[in-house]
Formats: sequence, C-alpha cells, structure tokens
Amino acid sequence: MSEQIIVPTMAEFMAQGKHPEVLFWVGCMGSFDDRAKKVTKAFVKLLHKSNVDFAVLGTEESCTGDPAKRAGNEFLFQMQAVTNIEVLNAYEIKKIVTACPHCFNTIKNEYPGLGGNYQVMHHTQFLKSLLDEGRLTVEGGQFKGKRITFHDPCYLGRGNDIYEAPRDLIRKLDAELVEMKSCKSRGLCCGAGGAQMFKEAEPGNKEINVKRTEEAIEVKPEIIAAGCPFCNTMMTDGVKSKNKETDIAVMDIAELIANAQDL
Amino acid sequence: MNYIPNILFAIALIVGIGFFANNVRKLIRNIKLGRDVDVSDNTSQRWKNMAMIALGQSKMVKRPVSGFLHIIVYLGFIIINIEVLEIIIDGLAGTHRIFSSIGPLYGVLIGVFEVLAVLVFVSVIIFWIRRNIIKIKRFWANEMTSWPKNDANYILYIEMVLMALFLIMNATDLKFQAMENGNVISQYLTPLFSGLSEGTIHIIERSAWWLHILGILAFLNYLYFSKHLHILLAFPNTYFGKIVPKGQFKNNDVVTKEVQMMMDPDADPFAAPPEDEGDDIPVKFGASDVQDLNWVQLLNAYTCTECGRCTSECPANITGKKLSPRKIMMDTRDRLEEVGKNIDANNGVFKEDGKQLLDDYITREELWACTTCNACVEACPVSIDPMSIIVEMRNYLVMEESAAPMELNNMMTNIENNGAPWPYNQMDRLNWKNE
Repeated sequence: MSEQIIVPTMAEFMAQGKHPEVLFWVGCMGSFDDRAKKVTKAFVKLLHKSNVDFAVLGTEESCTGDPAKRAGNEFLFQMQAVTNIEVLNAYEIKKIVTACPHCFNTIKNEYPGLGGNYQVMHHTQFLKSLLDEGRLTVEGGQFKGKRITFHDPCYLGRGNDIYEAPRDLIRKLDAELVEMKSCKSRGLCCGAGGAQMFKEAEPGNKEINVKRTEEAIEVKPEIIAAGCPFCNTMMTDGVKSKNKETDIAVMDIAELIANAQDL
Repeated sequence: MNYIPNILFAIALIVGIGFFANNVRKLIRNIKLGRDVDVSDNTSQRWKNMAMIALGQSKMVKRPVSGFLHIIVYLGFIIINIEVLEIIIDGLAGTHRIFSSIGPLYGVLIGVFEVLAVLVFVSVIIFWIRRNIIKIKRFWANEMTSWPKNDANYILYIEMVLMALFLIMNATDLKFQAMENGNVISQYLTPLFSGLSEGTIHIIERSAWWLHILGILAFLNYLYFSKHLHILLAFPNTYFGKIVPKGQFKNNDVVTKEVQMMMDPDADPFAAPPEDEGDDIPVKFGASDVQDLNWVQLLNAYTCTECGRCTSECPANITGKKLSPRKIMMDTRDRLEEVGKNIDANNGVFKEDGKQLLDDYITREELWACTTCNACVEACPVSIDPMSIIVEMRNYLVMEESAAPMELNNMMTNIENNGAPWPYNQMDRLNWKNE
C-alpha cells in the first residue's frame, strides 16, 4: 500500500511562517494501531475535502499521559503533559482537534491547570461544525437506510457530556439510528478505559467488551459506530468473538462520512 | 396540676437532642480527618446542584419506580415532621393540640399529614417487598449481608411503626375525632377501638403519642450508625460534589512542583527546600488509608445509603469482577468509623492499629478492575464519587509501592521511553501517512 496523502506538520508551517487553522492531534492509537490509522486517514481526507488548513505535530507528538494518569502514575502523566504543553505553546497552538476522546479529555480538562490552554474539539464536534458552516457535506451514499447504533465513548459522553454531535452526523447519513438499551449518560463502557486496554481483565464471568457487544447485537445493527479508537478495537474484538464480523461492521464516524462520499 | 409528664418530656427531648448533637460532633470530627480540599469555588452552581439533586431529587427519578416511591417517603417525612413541632410544644407546655385553634387550616394540615402517612406506609411496604420478596439484585450483592442488610430493613420497620403510631394517635384522640377537622384517614380507624372504654382509649392515645415522639428521637440517634444518614448528608454532599466535567481528574499540586523543578534548567537540584513549605507537603502520594483521602470523599462515605445504583451500572461488577463501587464507599466509612473509635479510645489521638483501608478493606484486585468510566458517579443520586477514591488508591500503589500490574508497568515504561504505550519509536509517529 502506498497511498500517499498530504499531511503537513507544524514544523513545516513554522518554517513558512504560517499558522494552521487547527492542529490535528493524532494520538498514539491513531499513529500506530493499524485499525485506528484508517480512521486517521479518513479524517484527514475529510479535512482536505473541507479545505481545512490543518497540521499535525508528527514526530513531535507524544502520549498525552492519559493511560498513565488513570493507572495512577500522576508523575509520568505530568511529565508527558508538561513536555507536550511546551511543544504546543512553542507553536502557539490555539485550536486542537482529535479523534481520540482520551486525548480530547486530557488536553481539554487536565492540561489547563498545567499551563496548556487550547480550544479542544473531538473530531465529531469538529465535523459537525464544518457541516454547520457549510464547508462539509454529508451524504448517505452506501449507508442510506442502514441500521447504525452509536456506542458512546465514556470520555466523550459521561466524561464531557457530548452525546449529540456524533448522533447528528449519523442522522445526516440518512441512516436509521438505533439506540442500545444503555446509551448516552448510561452507556456501558467498552472495557478499555482506565488503562484496562493494556492489561488482562481481573477474574470475572465475562469480558466487558463482549457484554457491550451483546447489547449492541440486541438492536440488530448493520454497523456499530464508534468515536474512539479504543472502543473501536474493543467492539471489533467483541463482534469477532460472537462470529458476527460478516454481519456487523464497526466503524468510526469519520470513516462513515468519508466512505459515504467514496473518499 | 401534675407536671411530671412535662418534666419527663423535657428530659427525653434534652437527652435525645443531646445525644444527637454528640453524634454530629463526632461525625464532623471524623470527616475532618481527611485532607483539606478547596471547594469554595462556584457557589452558585453548588447551590443549584443542591437544590436540583438533593431537594429536587432529580437523579432519583432516573429510575422511575424507586424514584417515585422515594419522593413520597421523602415528602411525607419532611411534611409530617411539621407535626413534631406541635408535639414538642404540647409536651413541654402540657397543652393538647395547641395548633388546633387556628381552625380549618389545622384540619387541612392534619388531613394532608394523614394522607401522606398512609402513602408513606404503603411505599415503605413496597420497598420492603422489592428488597425481601422480589429480591432486586442490587440489594443482594456480596457486600449486602449482616448489618447492611439488617440496617436497610430496620429503617423500613421503624418508618412503618412511626406512621402507624401517628395514625393510631389520631384515631384514638377522641377530642380530635369530635372536632371532625382533618381526621380524613383516622376516622376509619377509630371504630377499631369502639369496644374499649374511654379510659383505655385514652391510654392508647397517650402511649401512641409518647411512642411516636420517643421513636422519632430514637430514630434521630439511629442515623449516625446507619446508612440512613443520607437524609441529612445528601444536602451538603450534593453541594460539595464534583462540578468540573466528570472526565477531569485532579492534578496533584505536589507532583506539579516536582515536575516544574525537574523541567527548570535553572533549578538547583541540591538546594534545601525553602523554610516556609516544610509542613504542608503530604508525606505520601495517593491514599492507602482514610486520612489520605480528602474530607469530601469522607463525607461521601457517610452519605452513601447503599442503594447500589453505582454497582448495578459498573461494567466491572456487571461482568462478575470483585469491584463494587458501593463497597468502596462502605469500606471507606467502616474504616473511618474504626479510626474514629480508635481516637475516642485513646484520648483523642489515633494509635497505630496495624490496619489500613488498602488490603484490610479494599483489595488491589478491586482497584485494578476499574475502567474509570464514571458510570458509578453518574448513577449516584447524591453526587458521590467512588471513582476518585479508586484512582487515589491507585496513585498510592503506583507512586509509593511501584505495585502496578506488570503489563501496566510495561505500558508506563513505554510511555516514558517512546512517548507511546507500546514499544514504537516516536520517530515513526507519522509513518501512517505513507502506508
């Protein structure tokens, strides 16, 4: 695969003495995880399509420290935070968009106390604003009439009370949005948060992602829409464990919109 | 005139309220064992939260059946207790139904009380059935045995008895019945006593009257030992509850200072700490015992009424893990009580007892099962934050004991070395654009 896409970095912008409209914070999953990289690319395509003047930090980006903080390592978290804030402030970043609710929450809520003040948006909010400004058009395309259920990421939903932006985008696809029995503020976690992604679960009678997938399967969706790379992985694994991968696709909202337009 | 009843009443009142005041003093003392935390910000939002969540029961009704029943009992208890004011005046002054002179309004008030008493009685019976016959799952979890289980039922029995006494008191009050002013329910109970002599009925009325007020005083003093403390503490607890986004965890200021020192190229690593900041630096990071938690977290523990909504929404608990956010709160309160008793027994100073909240109450397995999803915080009808205790105990495990699970240590080492939780090179971070 060599589908080169243009992704300007902050260093390049700086060299030309320019400032981008927004910094795209890619995150570790978005940079390294094979599944999440597809979401990253889909989002970049949408940014280009909407003529958004964006940049990434590239090799100057580092983990926000979220998993360290949730695991209890406040020291490592603050080291990461302060290092990132130094880079962001040096580039005089004002506005950040990210496709990861964990990066979103950490930069938006926990960086200000350490000297990092930015306007931070989740990519679903950002896409919604592009739509509202008329810069992005969303069409149903292949997703017209499909049954789609949205799995609320904890750090987007409960963590920051954002429930409608992703749903508004799904509705724009002319898709049939169906809600799981626990959704929005009562949405069940995928099981990855709090650094659980990086360890085996404690003994129990079921994996959390399997439980959540069962709740999704109950509403018979064709697509489970995700807004978080961790949820995406967990739900994809859950669907596989139920041998449903031919019937149910797990897709990020950015992918839905990009694919609908054959980007 | 015989003043003995008045004197007995005054004594009962003084003893009852005196004990209660002592309980409250102890409660405040124990809560203050926690670390200080600044909650003086945004007072208007805090008052609003208290008005909506505690007074307005906005979170209770998220579960409509129990929410509706709870509102009946809550309103019933508040409103019927207006009657206590009359009982106290009557008891001290030796009068009988002193407010009855206000005329028809008195009838309206007592009528409302009587109807509410019946509604409360019925609601409490439904609560009892939900708990003991239907056996709703959250009332039968692992931590709900022995005292917590009995406590819940005792509260229901006490409420049933108090409501019954109130109605019997009115039904056997022949002067009140003769007034025909507000006896909307009790008039139907009066015939039950028709076979008895007027003297006997009077004795029943007096007994019910005395038992009612003594019962209320006893119940007031039961609160301190019971989960029922929420009827008082729900108000301060919702006021002091978290007002920032739920996803936002507190940054530790001591760590911030250290990190700033490390990042400051001009800092002298061998400099002695400045004189003025010797004392207020906590000796340890995170929490291994209740004194390491902040006082709002300890207030949380006393406020918990063990309804289990948190646990029933917890993804770890739902999938059979040991973690139960309710147990975190119950353990915190139990340990705090133990520390408080220790202080009482040792002339006001805590004597090391070789125990702590970590391991002796809350196991590491429970702590590591949390996904920090905030479902428990969202579910709590009185703004308790069990997750913050879990995270602070993880802080202790990681920063004081380096006792994270091995996989998490690997993850953290990777972040430290490569800036990502996996062993990928930071220089490869943009490779995706060419793949």
